[in-house]
Amino acid sequence: MSQAIDFQENRVKTGEGGIILTSVEDLLNWSRLSSLWPMGFGLACCAIEMMASYASNYDLERFGIFPRPSPRQSDVMIVAGTVTFKMADRIRRLYEQMPEPRYVISMGSCSNCGGPYWEHGYHVVKGIDRIIPVDVYVPGCPPRPEALIGGFLKLQEKIRLEHPIAPTLLLELEAENHIT
Amino acid sequence: MLTNQSVAEEIIRKFGDDVFDFEEPFGMLTFSTTREQIIPMLEYLKAHPQFQVNFLTDIMAIHYPDKVGQEFCIVYHTHSFIHNFRIRIKVFLAEADVHIPTATGLFASANWMERETYDFFGILFDGHPNLKRILNMDEMDYFPMRKEYPLEDPTREDKIDALFGR
Repeated sequence: MSQAIDFQENRVKTGEGGIILTSVEDLLNWSRLSSLWPMGFGLACCAIEMMASYASNYDLERFGIFPRPSPRQSDVMIVAGTVTFKMADRIRRLYEQMPEPRYVISMGSCSNCGGPYWEHGYHVVKGIDRIIPVDVYVPGCPPRPEALIGGFLKLQEKIRLEHPIAPTLLLELEAENHIT
Repeated sequence: MLTNQSVAEEIIRKFGDDVFDFEEPFGMLTFSTTREQIIPMLEYLKAHPQFQVNFLTDIMAIHYPDKVGQEFCIVYHTHSFIHNFRIRIKVFLAEADVHIPTATGLFASANWMERETYDFFGILFDGHPNLKRILNMDEMDYFPMRKEYPLEDPTREDKIDALFGR
């Protein structure tokens, strides 16, 4: 041995790495939240902000968020824009075509609650949560890309605390606040 | 080079008393015709060797609830790509009888335009192959663009500029 290699300083990758202790559940959650694939579709002006978030300036790709062209391959649906009654059936069908576990981000005032069409709109669903369950609401009209990224971080927090392989009984007990 | 004057004279020579109310807002030739003459008119303009009006830009409607006997105005925007010349044709209909012949035989694009006009105003285009709603849901039982609904209360104060720092 001529000289000792300073692993910390030179970052030499020898394959003799250390050990990470974790639970399967944490590993599963970590891998799920690190590659959230949203379904690529937009309904109105919020979709422009969503596209800006995908693009290089805000770059959702660094969170592993990459739009998919098919609901069958997606984990999360971003409802970005005004949902009309006619579109509502289609949204619901797309949601049902997504494989579980699936998540929904409601982006912008229109899909949160009907937005400016709340009072006088004859054609707008007054909140997408009347059709499909929503995990994260992103406020704004439209929300800035930072807000959408914030919504994704919130969703990641939610996924991190899930128990994908826990028995059903445990989840039921947890829901009743017997254990945490 | 087509001018509004020359085109209008040619149309009057052909259709006589069936065309009226000529005007040119913002330089665009505009006139009215009757329900019976609208399809022959579009056909004539399309087949005319000089005009060659080969494009139907839009079909839409306007509701004039106070104009008795002429409640609905159907507006046809046409465009000659060859001469870059536009013509606007209006047809007035009474609310009791909102029938007008379809233009789908002349312009395939009229299909969706007429469905949209039916959707929002309830205008019935006779002879249309598939006259049903296009943008609103099928269950809707009213025609939303008719001026039959109350306007927003103009005295409301929850949206004044001061509340938004403007």
